Amino acid sequence: MRIPLSWLAEHVELPKEHAAEWLHAQLVRVGFEEEAVHGGELRGPIVVGRVLEFVEEPQKNGKTIRWCQVDVGEAHGGVRGIVCGARNFVVGDRVVVTLPGAALGDFEIAARKTYGHVSDGMIASVRELGIGDDHDGILRLDEAGIPGEVGADALGILGLDDQAVEINVTPDRGYALSIRGIAREVASATGQAFTDPADTARDAIDVGSPSGFALAVDDDAPIRGRVGCSRFVARVVRGIDQSIATPTWMASRLRLAGMRSVSLGVDITNYVMLELGQPTHAYDLAKLQGGITVRRARAGERITTLDDVDRALHPEDLLITDERGPIGIAGVMGGADTEMDASTTDVLIEAATFDAVSIGRASRRHRLVSEASKRFERGVDPAVADAAAARVAQLLVELAGGTLDTELGAEIGEVPAMGAIDIPVGFWNAHTGADYTDDEARAALVAIGATVDEGATDAPTWTVTPPTWRSDIVDREGLVEEIARIVGFDRIPAVLPVAPPGRGLTRAQRLRRGVANGLAAAGLTEVLVAPFVTERQARLTGAEPVRLENALDGERPWLRTALVPGMLDTAHRNLGRGLTDLALFELGRVFHAVDGQGTEALPGAEARPSDATLAALDVLPEQPHHAAIVLVGERVHKQPGRAAERYGLADALDAAALVARVLGLELDVRQAERDWLHPGRTAALLLGERVVGVAGELLPSVAADADLPRGVAVAELDLEAMVALARVELQTRVIAPVPAATQDLSLVVDASVPAGEVLRAVREGAGALLEHIALVDDYRGTGLEAGEKSLTFALRFRAADRTLTAAEASEAKLAGLAVATERFGARLRE
Amino acid sequence: MPEPDETADLGARVDAAVTAALAAIAAATTTAELQAAKAAHNGQGSTLAALNGSLREFAPEDRKAAGQVIGAGRGQVGAAITARQGELAAAEEAAQLDAERVDVTALPSLRAHGGRHPLSMLIDEMSDVFVGMGWEVAEGPELEHEWYNFDALNVDPDHPARSESDTFYVAPAERHMVLRTQTSPVQMRSMLTRELPIYIVAPGRVYRTDDIDATHLPVFTQIEGLAVDKGLSMAHLRGTLEHLARIMFGAEAKIRLRPNYFPFTEPSAEMDVWHPGMRGGPRWVEWGGCGMVSPNVLRAAGIDPEVYSGFAFGMGIERTLQFRYQLDDMRDMIEGDVRFTEQFGMVI
Repeated sequence: MRIPLSWLAEHVELPKEHAAEWLHAQLVRVGFEEEAVHGGELRGPIVVGRVLEFVEEPQKNGKTIRWCQVDVGEAHGGVRGIVCGARNFVVGDRVVVTLPGAALGDFEIAARKTYGHVSDGMIASVRELGIGDDHDGILRLDEAGIPGEVGADALGILGLDDQAVEINVTPDRGYALSIRGIAREVASATGQAFTDPADTARDAIDVGSPSGFALAVDDDAPIRGRVGCSRFVARVVRGIDQSIATPTWMASRLRLAGMRSVSLGVDITNYVMLELGQPTHAYDLAKLQGGITVRRARAGERITTLDDVDRALHPEDLLITDERGPIGIAGVMGGADTEMDASTTDVLIEAATFDAVSIGRASRRHRLVSEASKRFERGVDPAVADAAAARVAQLLVELAGGTLDTELGAEIGEVPAMGAIDIPVGFWNAHTGADYTDDEARAALVAIGATVDEGATDAPTWTVTPPTWRSDIVDREGLVEEIARIVGFDRIPAVLPVAPPGRGLTRAQRLRRGVANGLAAAGLTEVLVAPFVTERQARLTGAEPVRLENALDGERPWLRTALVPGMLDTAHRNLGRGLTDLALFELGRVFHAVDGQGTEALPGAEARPSDATLAALDVLPEQPHHAAIVLVGERVHKQPGRAAERYGLADALDAAALVARVLGLELDVRQAERDWLHPGRTAALLLGERVVGVAGELLPSVAADADLPRGVAVAELDLEAMVALARVELQTRVIAPVPAATQDLSLVVDASVPAGEVLRAVREGAGALLEHIALVDDYRGTGLEAGEKSLTFALRFRAADRTLTAAEASEAKLAGLAVATERFGARLRE
Repeated sequence: MPEPDETADLGARVDAAVTAALAAIAAATTTAELQAAKAAHNGQGSTLAALNGSLREFAPEDRKAAGQVIGAGRGQVGAAITARQGELAAAEEAAQLDAERVDVTALPSLRAHGGRHPLSMLIDEMSDVFVGMGWEVAEGPELEHEWYNFDALNVDPDHPARSESDTFYVAPAERHMVLRTQTSPVQMRSMLTRELPIYIVAPGRVYRTDDIDATHLPVFTQIEGLAVDKGLSMAHLRGTLEHLARIMFGAEAKIRLRPNYFPFTEPSAEMDVWHPGMRGGPRWVEWGGCGMVSPNVLRAAGIDPEVYSGFAFGMGIERTLQFRYQLDDMRDMIEGDVRFTEQFGMVI
């Protein structure tokens, strides 16, 4: 909302100096955020002058300039010589002259030599003055119907000495989208007396009680039980003169308020809307056929609105209609057919109260946000329609030469009564912790327009009725907000509440933090990737994805089912910026569709829904936490005495093992295959028999799709499942101080047998004496058959209670070999 | 049997053998040479060993004195060998250490420099402030049922924020699922499932259909706080925020509340923080929104607003990071350029 200061000053007193800053400070205090200040860019002397004569002088550059003699009044030095490039004026025209010392924004005017003359000022164009951009020429005051003696201050005449303060109005305060509402806020913030301009408007003209116009509201399909139109006031003014220009003061205020000046009739309806907050519309009475009915649209109906757009109407649209059909989308925009034009003499004024929901839906449906719909959607004072209609009529009579028709007109509907609210005295302090006195509370409520019934003396409860324009206040907390806002939020002290003893982070939260810190300390960099992916990315890992109805990026309407695909894009972006080696990790949620997700119905929120209803609301896509790793390029660079080492699957497995170790777990690694990973370089990661992740090298085609080089190693872990399986209990061992016995075991198996499974067999067979086992060599070649390999394990044996003999250790080792022999046909290597 | 003068002669012969042995020991410059000297002068076949072997030829009454002479000589040689062995070992150790010298400024670096994302670390830091006060950290789904995101929070079914121009809807929209536009659904979930009183913070990702620019992201992070207890007022809200502000921005930090509007709180306020360490001088910075939990929200959770009251607040983690580190462009926070994150390492 933009508030022209000269307009506001008609209703409340503003300081002479720095009024814009002062007003911002007042309004911020009561909850209106500062947005901007408009106007005030032009500084004097800028005066009215008359062109006495000029000579046209063609120039070498092809242009023709005019060397003018302009009378700017005795006080400003009489007649001055001025060079002008425009040629749309004639001798005798009154024009606006910017004299040396004046400034148009940052551009300071000085007498300067140009085209062989000293130009002692400038004749200003419409654009330079910022009062329009539709014509490029000089502003001709006579043609524009703008008064002003030669030598008079043009800024004042054109309203260019005015400024507008722009504030942000929150959606609950529709009343503040008007000078009326803002003036009341300023009055209550500063304690000034306030006269309601709606009352002034009613007093200014006697509209009588005309009833000759057929008006009806016929809403056969109210939305959410609310009839679309609760009140409709129609007035008729005849004989207006469309040739009269909008007065400059009105055009200036409209411009500062952010609206274009169109024609006197339209400008008056807009002016009244800005002043009182009530949108109004003026129809050309001659173009109306019969009376007006407010009703919902019928199937197949269409309307061309004032913006010349032909629109198909929806059965929920609330319409203004005459006998022929739609003449306006109620509260949103009028129709082109009944619009005022240059020949209009008689007008019908509409000021109606429309339901916020009806108007909001129509505005969104037609993607048509008008000044009117903005106000109706936020709530218009249901009691102000008659005042607005009277004010339009008064201005049409005063400014456009019209006459009020006291016969033809009508008024239907009524103003709904506001609900009274009981508030215990002192509740405002219980709820805010402040020390507002009863007097302050009462004064604040009265200032916003509420009536306060204190009942019997010292009654513990007040009964407060909010004013008609505050339908947002429905409970005592709403009243507290008003009291706190008006008396001051700065009176609320700071008191630290004491919470009961807490349990700290949950186990899952602690473990996830440990995983993130562990991976970062191990040299990986955490990334946070947006979850929006392409269908190909969403389906890469096989899970059923979820799609968005209204994605920002049409290519990526799917939600990630795994972290790796999105991280590949991040890796690509980094490579594109000249980096070559990346070790990325992410912890985040992924989204997996489930059967029957969501609900058809939306439960109410008046009370706690039943457990069955709440259970139904929880049928949502699964959103487990995942952890993922992407490794590209070199782990170790080439350095003195050391060759470069590339990241590979081993690093991805190592990182996955680190995640497991943080959780007190050991991953079981098995050879596996996935569509998107290298068929020979893919590992399934298991906890017990449950697959909790996969690690591998990207399939070259998948890497190429992501514009990444070959050999990118990745891992994707279901962190949710891993955390759930994290070690809870630990059977601690006695750490025996007796010596260990170490032995190597070399055995021969078929080359296709996974070493990890041989290791597991040896471990199982060797039994409790085996303390540690590691694979130390994998040999193929001389001495072995083709298709065979020799694996060497280093074994460490220890008994808890005695020093083992070599014979005991050998016996355990051979028991291990025996199991490997049984499972894989292993034989001892000679 | 040797003559008595032979005894005197023995002394001279031992002396000569010892002198020769000591010379050989001193001349040894390696452990191997020393071992050779030891064998030659003190081992079997050495002069001293031969003299020792001749003892039985002495008269029994002279044997003891002769043995003492030879023993002293052998003892002298043995001590010299041990001493020389120590000297040589030390010199050889020193030589080896010298040979092992490396340029410590040119050793290979073996591990990449990782780091946590500053947004994650900031979430941890802010959560810990609350955990320290006995609050708990609550979580909820990012893909949320529309009821939790809007209806339960007193957002009217026709509120403009529910339109597709602000909220991501999951297809099909008739199934009423959205990407949560705020962390507030966790408030409602906490009130429905936790025992009163409730003191929780809920950090997490939220989504809005904003096009990306320097100050807007379609995916961003919030931390939300909720307290529901008997007798809570806006003073407790302000006290809580001021405590957080002091821990994060220093002892001079303070909180200013300005009236605002949110459907789920009443009164509602915008909170500014006085940031004493702001580059360019201390000043007020917009930090987030807050207010007293609307009685409608309490009722939707089955909590009696006549008995309990609550306050709630929420602030953007990106915004907090932005003004704490004077970051001009929020896009750096989500593009995943590792250079951005590596600046922070493991510390915020």
